[in-house]
Amino acid sequence: MRELSLHILDVVENGITAGGNCIWIEVKEDRKADQFKIVIRDNGRGMPVEKLQNINDPFVTSRTTRRVGLGLSLLAAAAERCEGALRVDAEPGKGTEVEATFRHGHIDRAPLGDMAATVTTLIIGNPGIDFVYSHWIDGKEFSLDTREIRAEMEDLSLSDPVVVHHLAESIRSSLKELASKQGLSGP
Amino acid sequence: MAKLTIDDLKKIKEKTAKETSLRDGPASIKVTVHMGTCGIAAGARDVMSALMEEMATADRQDIRVVAAGCMGMCSSEPNVTIESESSEPIVYKLMDANKMRQVFKRHVLLGEVQTDFALAKM
Repeated sequence: MRELSLHILDVVENGITAGGNCIWIEVKEDRKADQFKIVIRDNGRGMPVEKLQNINDPFVTSRTTRRVGLGLSLLAAAAERCEGALRVDAEPGKGTEVEATFRHGHIDRAPLGDMAATVTTLIIGNPGIDFVYSHWIDGKEFSLDTREIRAEMEDLSLSDPVVVHHLAESIRSSLKELASKQGLSGP
Repeated sequence: MAKLTIDDLKKIKEKTAKETSLRDGPASIKVTVHMGTCGIAAGARDVMSALMEEMATADRQDIRVVAAGCMGMCSSEPNVTIESESSEPIVYKLMDANKMRQVFKRHVLLGEVQTDFALAKM
């Protein structure tokens, strides 16, 4: 994957497959501490402990179409080559939390990429699922909660591509503003 | 804290109000973008973004877009499946943003199957 936002898209799709109806996405960038953290949490069916022990093994998968699952293994590899790590916490019936850490300035850290495209792709492709996206850059936060948006939108719908298209623009400019406040040139 | 504010939402609303009508009618065409790990790595997100833009300009109420998982044909990802009432489901292979635009304009809107990009009939 060329962008971390693509890993995010991938892991969130896992959460949806696991039966979650609300997914929390957190991106925390702290350049002073040289840390980059991604947390993805769902309220799906979770996993038993013995599954968790070999979660990074690509041959451990719950899918039935094939015997290989690469999503988490790829994210683990991406984190580990940036002096970070992947941690997965899950409990049957209580959902799953995936946390990937990176060294922010590591030369092998892929750029975050287009988070607006990731979030809107998730929204348009998964009607009926809610997303809470929070992004911190050096302590300043941007957040978006589709549950709140749905409540505010009244007659408009989040499955409407026109709405989602404008939403993408709005996320893109908010993130740009968030980054520029810190004197950072884009994600 | 920066937040997607109610003002932002209102702006979105204003922009869309004139372009939109209710989309709750029956769907006659379903476009599925396969978004497994393989699809995402191969560029399914760009395909979805292009599709979203085309949908926004076409303003058709009877088209549904869905994200699905891998269907087991990873080597031909990004795959897109189009199901309509008038013909059997068609799977397109090796899609990108431009191919998606063409398939949307010709197949989804006009019903002309783009055999050049097709992988299979289902």
